[in-house]
Amino acid sequence: MSYCRQEGKDRIIFVTKEDHEIPSNAELIAEDPDDPYEEQGLILPNGDINWNCPCLGGMASGPCGSQFKEAFSCFHYSKEEVKGSECIDNFRNMQECMQRYPELYPQEEDKESSPEAESNSGSGSALLPESDSTSATSTPEATASSDSTSPTDNQTAS
Amino acid sequence: MLTCRTVWKKLAPLARASSTVCRQNVRRAGLTNGRIPAQTPAAHMSTGPTGGGGDNHLYVLLVGTVALGGGVYMYQTLKGDQKRYQARIDEIASRQQKPTTEDQATPIQSEPPAVEAADTEAVPQPEPQAAPSPEEPSPPAPDAEVVAPSETTEPPAGVDSTPASLKVPSHIPYLLIGGGTASFAAARSIRARDPGARVLIVTDEPDLPYMRPPLSKELWFSDDPSVTETLRFKQWNGKERSIYFQPGSFYITPEELNTAENGGVGVLTSKRVVHMDVRGNKVKLDDDTEISYDKCLIATGGVPRNLQVIERAGEEVMLKTTLFRKIEDFRSLDKVSRNIKSITIIGGGFLGSELACALGRRSNESGLEVIQMYPEKGNMGKVLPEYLSNWTTEKVKKEGVKIISEALVKSVICKDDKLEIQLKDGRLVKTDHIVAAVGLEPNVDLAKSAGLEVDSDFGGYRVNAELQARSNIWVAGDAACFYDIRLGRRRVEHHDHAVVSGRLAGENMTGANKPYWHQSMFWSDLGPDVGYEAIGIVDSSLPTVGVFAKATAKDTPKAATEKSGTGIRSESETEDTATSPVASSSPAPAMVEHKDDYGKGVIFYLRDKVVVGIILWNVFNRMPIARKIIKDGEEHADLNEVAKLFNIHED
Repeated sequence: MSYCRQEGKDRIIFVTKEDHEIPSNAELIAEDPDDPYEEQGLILPNGDINWNCPCLGGMASGPCGSQFKEAFSCFHYSKEEVKGSECIDNFRNMQECMQRYPELYPQEEDKESSPEAESNSGSGSALLPESDSTSATSTPEATASSDSTSPTDNQTAS
Repeated sequence: MLTCRTVWKKLAPLARASSTVCRQNVRRAGLTNGRIPAQTPAAHMSTGPTGGGGDNHLYVLLVGTVALGGGVYMYQTLKGDQKRYQARIDEIASRQQKPTTEDQATPIQSEPPAVEAADTEAVPQPEPQAAPSPEEPSPPAPDAEVVAPSETTEPPAGVDSTPASLKVPSHIPYLLIGGGTASFAAARSIRARDPGARVLIVTDEPDLPYMRPPLSKELWFSDDPSVTETLRFKQWNGKERSIYFQPGSFYITPEELNTAENGGVGVLTSKRVVHMDVRGNKVKLDDDTEISYDKCLIATGGVPRNLQVIERAGEEVMLKTTLFRKIEDFRSLDKVSRNIKSITIIGGGFLGSELACALGRRSNESGLEVIQMYPEKGNMGKVLPEYLSNWTTEKVKKEGVKIISEALVKSVICKDDKLEIQLKDGRLVKTDHIVAAVGLEPNVDLAKSAGLEVDSDFGGYRVNAELQARSNIWVAGDAACFYDIRLGRRRVEHHDHAVVSGRLAGENMTGANKPYWHQSMFWSDLGPDVGYEAIGIVDSSLPTVGVFAKATAKDTPKAATEKSGTGIRSESETEDTATSPVASSSPAPAMVEHKDDYGKGVIFYLRDKVVVGIILWNVFNRMPIARKIIKDGEEHADLNEVAKLFNIHED
């Protein structure tokens, strides 16, 4: 049975599971997907790539950032039947660059894309501390070491 | 979120295909010179001339001619460029104002594509060197130098008559003062948004940018005896990482910064900025070096506060006192705590409580006496409502900590190599070492010389909603007193805020003009039973409404991480795998206890009936809902209804 108590200015409510199963009547304001203030996901409303997406980790900003951007842009805008088939050179450049920095982009030859990569797509504002979706990038062999910081909350892009 | 996932899913197989094909082709081309590599995708392959036999000769001739032509063109361009560059240097030297790099950038950008067009490769790229093929004579290395010189006031490597004596660049487009979390986040943001950006971080610490939270949490729980050297810790998902955001290879040296082809981030360690000339857009370091900038970020963080009584107590007491903030403080405290019998932490906030718990845990093995004293009634007394603060204090005591609450320190003396802390109510505490965790003093040393406003209420540099102090100066992190559109002017000293504000500052430094909007969060774990995440203004002086469920054994950070084997969960809920429901050995059924058990729930902090802060108490992965509620800023008649949105009874 739910009950409630007041301790000075603080109110304490204990609720049972049953009570909370009744749907909430609290109203939230509808989200505006084009709100320029909001954090964006990987793809911006106008179709461009958001290079600052935390989901990319440090890929777009590291030493191989420009190669990565080219490769991914080429792929993103590719209209070929096999998407990105004309981007081989870009990916190769990127891989060559990454091989020069094994510490940043650990080369794991036989690994598939890390599962974390996919589970971390479109994360929110703050940077992810652990090996995040950067590992999904580029070659499956290269699981990029993650970039910085904090735990973040799951800010959905839309 | 889903878009990203599908994109990655598509990307990976292609990359896989491309890389294996690439490698195969490279190998084949090397061995079978002139044969068409099998399975070449329809698109152009840079490796391997096509056809064989007679075509080969023609091809080689063609390539040779083109390369020669390209070489000639390039030589001429280089010469002309140097002339232009020299003229520009003279101009800059005579000018008072900062040079804009934009007009310098364009001539550079236009050259390499022109050079590239001469190659048969014809892959359009801004960087001249990006795609040399093994078969083709690639443009010689000096290409890189073409890009570099116009960006910097330093003489180009090829033609200097005087050797480049400057170790540090005398001009940098993006200067970041301070080498902490906010600074690193800004650097990353700038690099992501401004291709080829050159960013210089100047820090007075000897270390590269690192994250602070593990210094008072995870690093203490590591089993590795060399943890003070490696500074590696286990995350919630079991994977290890270093506290450094990036290893050294991520950065380039300040010397290379202005000549690097694609720019980069350089870190200048152990140097302090002592003077800032806003009118001249330049700063002066403690070794008298001057650096001019186009855009500057001040992310100087702060310095731990000390108790006046300790400061006045003399050298002996100061030697036995630790002010905890940096890596060196962690190392020295770790060392000290192993060699003493009793340690006292003064301060009942985040840092003090976390350190107390961390040391308290050690006390089980080592017999170290851990005392925590503070003026409030309970741990986190300024953050949590009283009932929760009391509950938390009990938990902290269970971690092996001796709590002395409502303690005001009157004096501290050193006697017989022990410290004696005299409290105002007469109590005397004898201990071997003190850790003072009594707050942070924001570092506003540059305010005077720069003419920047300092906030009298919150401390720190006063900036607007876009984190801007003055025209080309932004401030982020602990040192920024900013205008939060939703919650009003504030200054936040949390890790996630440093990341969020650093990122935002970086975006605004590259032209975004976005205000602080995405609310940052913070978290704390105090032992295996108490873990919470919070967002917004969480001040215990505000009226609160707490909605709790009856706790089961599953609802603890310990349970949430048991699967991964880590003891403490210090990350937030984004990590999907972390919150997979743990089948605990014997789930205690939800039961009504005689004593209130605040196992898990949501606490709302109200200001004028509007929710301005939320704590998620042992409830994880719900931060987006909390953020949404604060963003809406609505008056809700029944907060229990709002609490339903969090589904607190579920995992």
